[in-house]
Amino acid sequence: MSRRTAVMSKPARSTTPSDNGDYNEVLRKFKGDEGDLIPILQKMQEKFGYISEEIVGRIARHMKISENQVFGVASFYSQFRFVEPGRHSVKVCLGTACHVRGGRVLSEAVERELGISPGQTTTDKRFDMQRVACLGCCALAPVVQVDDDIHSRMAVVRLKRVLAKYE
Amino acid sequence: MSDLEKRIGEARKKWRALAESKVPVIYLGTATCGRAAGALNVKAAVAEALKENHLKAKIVEVGCIGPCYLEPLMDIKLPGRPRISYANVNSTKAKTIIKSLLVDGDPKSDYAVGHFDDGGNGSFDGIPRFFDLPMLKPQVRVVLRNCGYIDPEEIDHYLAHDGYRGLVNALRLSPEQVIAAVKDAGLRGRGGAGFPTYKKWEICRSSPGKIKYMICNADEGDPGAFMNRSLIEGDPHAVLEGLLIAGYAIGASQGYIYIRAEYPLAIVRLKKAIAQMREYGLLGKNILGSGFDFEITIKEGAGAFVCGEETALIASIEGKRGMPKSRPPFPAVAGLHAMPTIINNVETLGTLPHILRNGAEWYRQFGIQGSYGTKTFSLVGKVRRTGLIEVPLGMTLRKIIFDIGGGTAKPFKAVQTGGPSGGCLSEEFLDTRVDYESLAAAGSIMGSGGLIIMDEDTCVVDVARYFLDFTQKEACGKCSPCRVGTRHMVEILDRITTGEAESEDLAKLQTLGETVKRGSLCGLGQTAPNPVITTLRYFRPEYLMHVMEKHCPAAVCRSLIEYRVVPGKCTGCGGCVSVCPTGAITGPRSEPHNLDPSKCIKCRACYEICRFDAIAGDAIIIRSKRRTADEPQP
Repeated sequence: MSRRTAVMSKPARSTTPSDNGDYNEVLRKFKGDEGDLIPILQKMQEKFGYISEEIVGRIARHMKISENQVFGVASFYSQFRFVEPGRHSVKVCLGTACHVRGGRVLSEAVERELGISPGQTTTDKRFDMQRVACLGCCALAPVVQVDDDIHSRMAVVRLKRVLAKYE
Repeated sequence: MSDLEKRIGEARKKWRALAESKVPVIYLGTATCGRAAGALNVKAAVAEALKENHLKAKIVEVGCIGPCYLEPLMDIKLPGRPRISYANVNSTKAKTIIKSLLVDGDPKSDYAVGHFDDGGNGSFDGIPRFFDLPMLKPQVRVVLRNCGYIDPEEIDHYLAHDGYRGLVNALRLSPEQVIAAVKDAGLRGRGGAGFPTYKKWEICRSSPGKIKYMICNADEGDPGAFMNRSLIEGDPHAVLEGLLIAGYAIGASQGYIYIRAEYPLAIVRLKKAIAQMREYGLLGKNILGSGFDFEITIKEGAGAFVCGEETALIASIEGKRGMPKSRPPFPAVAGLHAMPTIINNVETLGTLPHILRNGAEWYRQFGIQGSYGTKTFSLVGKVRRTGLIEVPLGMTLRKIIFDIGGGTAKPFKAVQTGGPSGGCLSEEFLDTRVDYESLAAAGSIMGSGGLIIMDEDTCVVDVARYFLDFTQKEACGKCSPCRVGTRHMVEILDRITTGEAESEDLAKLQTLGETVKRGSLCGLGQTAPNPVITTLRYFRPEYLMHVMEKHCPAAVCRSLIEYRVVPGKCTGCGGCVSVCPTGAITGPRSEPHNLDPSKCIKCRACYEICRFDAIAGDAIIIRSKRRTADEPQP
């Protein structure tokens, strides 16, 4: 019951469609070949924000494989998330260059500031955060990505100001 | 082929029109790195400035030209004059430059870093030639020649610079002749291991199989490396042309590009480039009337470092968990869907058009015996001039780090080559030549091209722990030497960096590392211990200091240091008080402050904000693990 209430109270961007029509919209584009599994998961996440239990079941039925197989593949790759994301996603880069320039301290500062651990979402659903291996902007290390914005040469002392920009 | 010739003629005209443009042309470096530095804000400011001053100009977005430390870069070309490059541009600076140059005719030489005169158009007073800058001069740009120069989203720009000439030449040869040309050029895989490219192709070509697959490995996973991303973002057609040449050589008609989902801009540019190829008859059936068919599919990776390994990458394309298989059979014999498959790195493919266009002999003028050609590197870490570089193989590390990179601000300590699979080399190896054999002899590897520079503020034990922690988390879990071994190694390194280690731990670490190397199934496990083994060999005293004296000389390992205020330097400005998240720093204004170590969480905020060097990270002495019974255990 509690889960249902949570679903009902979600904002306009629906993350769980009322009927299966929305899921079918994604599934229809794929024949269901073995090699389609990862692209389907990617499209689902793009559309619904994360891979819910329901989505795993729908994909399994569409592809005629077990739910275990779907979840087994999804959980292998770090791209897929299984909890509802926040309105803004904070990614702290812990690539080598960022590490050498203090990425870990930065990550801890984000965790402290938001009061969550990597992979979690704040209770007000404003932010979620992850640590990522490398964003490929090593020359501008350390970097923090919020949504699509990459903030380069970040410092702990600038963090508060940067996060305040995202409502 | 006359169709393409016509297109090339038109493309050249288009490029000439841009070069001889009657209105100024403004080039903006808007690859991911440029955007991270604020290039899109600059773009908006440029548009605004043009409007404010009622000026007309063409804006061309280009890829990354290399010196990331100068980003964002904005180049302006006045009619009949060479391009001038301006560095570290922000919105205000962009507006000032545009007004000054376009309205008042003053090139603002104090903001300019270089001009692109290649003779004829005259130079500017006080502005050096861009390619004469110390970072650029020692470089040889073959693969990166178009990056930052042409608009990557314009196939015509590529065609105007001899694009697809290599493919045309290849299609005139037999596949065997193409393989022979690559053999003569001495090209070795740029993904890291340096296996001769032609050999792999020969095996695949001669393997039975109705269908053959050609895969481009753009799953650039090494932290600290971004060469492939820059190449795709700056010159996608070069990689695609290479993919076609390779596909033709091995007899494949289906190509895949396996690219990290973390590179959205690169994916967009590839998709655009593929659509343009189709429009120009460079994809599909009977390409350029040669009878060669080829299709390209983009497969986005889903975030798994191990998928850089060939067999894991194949499993991922097949929709499975990306776990490696034992070899043989090698993918060249039985790969994707059990058919002969070749996987080549982005840079390897990006090199092929040059070899086919200019010939093997031309290519062999670069590099040294056994390691011919050029190689791109991402030069990052504590080096003054960071960025993407391309040098002939055989250049010494010293020349790369000090001449191109400008050295380090604090004394140089180490360089890590080859990412998490490579090794950490100390100062005495600075005269090592960067080629496959020399680096291997020093205990490291060439790898895909990440060069991470460390100075005395970097703790090598911490770096080794970082790499191992990375590979341990990325291990797929299939074989136990890697899964269990790397975990144990991280645990030992954790003990060392927190001052809990015993003297026998170093020997354990060494043995364990060698076991993991020997016993692991794939390249990830076989190379994972390299950073630890090389640092144990070249930086043993630093390990011993951590173990025996519980002291971290670089003041990085947090359990072994304590922050304090240096009373003689502190002006009492209160800067640190305002940023301290735990209220550990107190004191009246204008008087030296106090730092309470019991409240300090060592977040470094105060260290970063202090403008007077008044916060110091001091070594603290941690007592040996053998405590008395009444002391609390950590």
